[in-house]
Amino acid sequence: MSVLSVGQAHAADVSFLDPRGPIAAAQRQHILDVTLLMLIVVLPVLIGVPLIAWRYRYGNTKARYSPKWGHSSLLEMAIWGGPLVIVAVLGLWLAHDTTKLDPYRPLDTQDGPLKVDVIGYDWKWLFVYPQLHIASVGRLVFPEHRQIAMRLTSDSVMQSFYIPALGSQIYAMAAMQTRLHLISDSTGQFLGENTQYDGMGFQHQKFIARATTAQGFRDWVAGVKRGGVRLSADAYDIIRAHNTVPEMRTELKARNMPPDAVFFNHVTPDLFRNVMMSFHGAPSSSIAIVSGKAKARPAATGITIAAVSARPNLQHDAKAG
Amino acid sequence: MKQMSLTHVIFGRLALHSLPFWSALQHPTLANIVNDTIASGAAGLVVVGAAVTVGLITYFGKWRYLWTEWLTSVDHKRIGIMYIVLAFVMLARALIEAVLMRTQQAFGLGGGFLSPEHFGELFSTHGTIMIFFMAMPFLIGLINVVMPLQIGTRDVSFPVMNSVSLGLTAAGATLVMISLVVGKFSTGGWSGYPPYTEITFSPGVGPDYWIWAVSLSGIGTMMTGINFAVTIYKRRAPGMTLMRMPLFTWTALCTSVLMIFAMPPLTVATVLLALDRYLGFHFFTNALGGNMMNYANLFWLFGHPEVYILILPAFGVYSEVIPAFSGKVLYGYTSLVLATMAIALLSFAVWLHHFFTMGQTAGVNATFGIATMLIGIPTGVKIYDWMMTMFRGRIRFTVPMVYSLGFMMLFVVGGLSGIILANPSIDYQVHNTLFLVAHFHNMLIPGLLFGMLAGYHYWFPKAFGFRLNERWGLASALCWIFGFMFAFFPLYALGLLGFPRRTVAFYNPIYVPYLAVAEFGALIILAALGCLVVQLVVSVRQREQNRVPGGDPWNASALEWSIAAPPPDYNFAVLPEVTARDAFMVAKEHGTAYLPPERFTDIELPRNSPLGMILCVTAAFATFGLVWHIWWMVGLAMLATIAAVIWHGFVRDYERVIPADKVRADHLRWLQTVGAIHPISRGEELAQENAGLADLHETAEAAE
Repeated sequence: MSVLSVGQAHAADVSFLDPRGPIAAAQRQHILDVTLLMLIVVLPVLIGVPLIAWRYRYGNTKARYSPKWGHSSLLEMAIWGGPLVIVAVLGLWLAHDTTKLDPYRPLDTQDGPLKVDVIGYDWKWLFVYPQLHIASVGRLVFPEHRQIAMRLTSDSVMQSFYIPALGSQIYAMAAMQTRLHLISDSTGQFLGENTQYDGMGFQHQKFIARATTAQGFRDWVAGVKRGGVRLSADAYDIIRAHNTVPEMRTELKARNMPPDAVFFNHVTPDLFRNVMMSFHGAPSSSIAIVSGKAKARPAATGITIAAVSARPNLQHDAKAG
Repeated sequence: MKQMSLTHVIFGRLALHSLPFWSALQHPTLANIVNDTIASGAAGLVVVGAAVTVGLITYFGKWRYLWTEWLTSVDHKRIGIMYIVLAFVMLARALIEAVLMRTQQAFGLGGGFLSPEHFGELFSTHGTIMIFFMAMPFLIGLINVVMPLQIGTRDVSFPVMNSVSLGLTAAGATLVMISLVVGKFSTGGWSGYPPYTEITFSPGVGPDYWIWAVSLSGIGTMMTGINFAVTIYKRRAPGMTLMRMPLFTWTALCTSVLMIFAMPPLTVATVLLALDRYLGFHFFTNALGGNMMNYANLFWLFGHPEVYILILPAFGVYSEVIPAFSGKVLYGYTSLVLATMAIALLSFAVWLHHFFTMGQTAGVNATFGIATMLIGIPTGVKIYDWMMTMFRGRIRFTVPMVYSLGFMMLFVVGGLSGIILANPSIDYQVHNTLFLVAHFHNMLIPGLLFGMLAGYHYWFPKAFGFRLNERWGLASALCWIFGFMFAFFPLYALGLLGFPRRTVAFYNPIYVPYLAVAEFGALIILAALGCLVVQLVVSVRQREQNRVPGGDPWNASALEWSIAAPPPDYNFAVLPEVTARDAFMVAKEHGTAYLPPERFTDIELPRNSPLGMILCVTAAFATFGLVWHIWWMVGLAMLATIAAVIWHGFVRDYERVIPADKVRADHLRWLQTVGAIHPISRGEELAQENAGLADLHETAEAAE
């Protein structure tokens, strides 16, 4: 298999310890706080165990020996009380941060969000910009300081969408949608990946999240609208097949794209919905997915079952499409 | 529909391409040759290992001995030993797989030498084996050997069921071993998440191997849980109230209760997945209303209590080992009992933390996060209780104690990372990365495995009558401790750098140094395993010098040390009367240990039963047939299973009587042996003179 790809991955930021957005920064602060507070219970053990073991070694007859001593009410209170207090503090922090950093919660920003629909395939992510009628694979491009509001689903098995330098990861599952809000506070390139094992190409499922200036983003969008690959049913057949981004790029003959990315134009804003509804009885052919609105059939009819069970194998269906 | 040819009816899906070297023969590319050589080598080891074992048994004419003394035995001690033998065999395989994976990742920049599929099989078998066929058999084996002795009884409540449990577990392990030779194992990990493991995405036999192996283990373990819990509730010696039970028995009780409640969700999950795969159901499929989130909930409803099923018995071992080698009573007995119960209870309220990232509301996540942190409290209490047990003791650095010290130091690091992971907002960052892998190995190696190995060294003289070699044991323990640190601490860093788990290869060179250190650690752990093997061989050869017929080599306090080593079939010539906690220590201090009983009575013991082994064989055939769609085999094996169970129902002669005279003669002879032994003080316990009788002067002095 060809070496992907995230050719420039070395240049990308890979960790929330070097945060590029307020969410990752808060997460880094939280892990540092928790670690520091926990040292109150951890350090006494790390220091105490070797100290006690040496002090009370068998050969040291000078040390006091109290073989029947097995209880002290005062100590019991400390042993139970100490961790209890620490967990109470940790619990408060936890509740606070869990609510504040809930990935479903829109961030407080002045601009409207940039909407991105994320769809997981084997073995790449498709990023649909429904307001802009474009899509991309291998690159998630967005302007700095602007909130990205994502909906996520999968056309395959469960996957987990993750940009460490920006913030939280969240699962993408077929027939369902999850949500994620991220924001970057500087321009740059960040590692993006799937962390949920999904088969033979799993290690290739990386992408670059690129935060640009507002002007840079407008230029990129214009470029994609002008020079991108048209998202036709044939192109979609290639997207939904089992392959990596470079393999896909070769098949699409998108030589004008970076080696690890493909950009699409003429993308229907309903793509996300169509993919999701294809598991709820709506048509699942590539033609139906890329074009217009696919109507969901009522779930309880026999027709529904026929329509959906007709696609047990993604590859075959793709060929038939 | 496929055409039903005769070969298909006979062999199902089984064909030549199921053999591990087939693709290299058909397509001899370098990658195929490398991967198939490794796979075939492993398969060859299994086949040759089995052939050599069979050959040796035949050569030495030991089949009858094996059958009557071991395989059909319903003696809890022998069943326990067989469980532990199984655990060690499976440990060897899964550990070698781990080293192979570490080596792949160490050279994984840009590809490495293993194919993604091979790597996927490796992490799936490694996890499945370590949890279901190493850790579980080890702890069940240890409880089997020790718990009935600690509560002063002669066997478990359902001895034949005990043998059946072993049989089913062994059948599951056999299935995993067979998967090395024919066909391929699942690549879906030890948790087998659908829809990846559904027929659409994994059409091969792999997930079927996994489903049936795990189902067999799950059913066997649930029966074990029932057996142990009933035994502890109903068969304690007179006077052994609950609050007089040794801590190890307490943890055995809590673990058993967890087994009873936690294993059924697993069996339900795997059976529903099997219905999806075999009969076109759609519980967890993408379409037709299937929902994999239900699987995640069912699996972890088992999976999290499972973590405590694994760790509690290890806590029990530490609670025996630390006081014994500190020459002290256990500090905070009541605290430890309450902490154990609290952990058992809370373990059912935290399963959701395995998937904080599945899209629940912040409220749900926070609730489960806080519940998870709460478990940290009783666990922390335990660590401090053990520290206080050492405080003002006289500590001997024997192998079990070295494991215990390593455990305490390393386990708190795992506890710290556990508390970190309990925060949903942080989990959103490190979930599914090597940070998580480092965390649970940090709990399972220093926590569970060190405990099991400490228990193995501690109780080995009781089970076999001679002590294990101390020097090799120490070498192994140190290799385990330092190997663990080198192998897993870098994984924390890698996780924080965004390295996902289950990754066969990577393309960013920043990860290389960490993976190289981890590889070094993995090799040290391999050396630790080697030391354990050498130790066993050396110890068996030197057994005559290290015999402990007196039965109390460590001057310990629970009832199992009050009888001969190895114990007689019936354990106790006369059931002990318990008047206090630490019953045997109290007896030693009051000079009532080793007194000849006034009267002996006939002892009834369960007879051997072949049912466990019959069901082992039929279960193995039935599940092998299911995996390969060989329906006649499934049918015959199921019929045989039913027939065997019905036949067993008609067996009336299931007890044998050991006459009082024989018991008396045996026991008095043992007391005579004890009388001739030179008692030794705790400081001399590692010397050859230690024949299993403690110097009571020292004990009496301590009592003052």
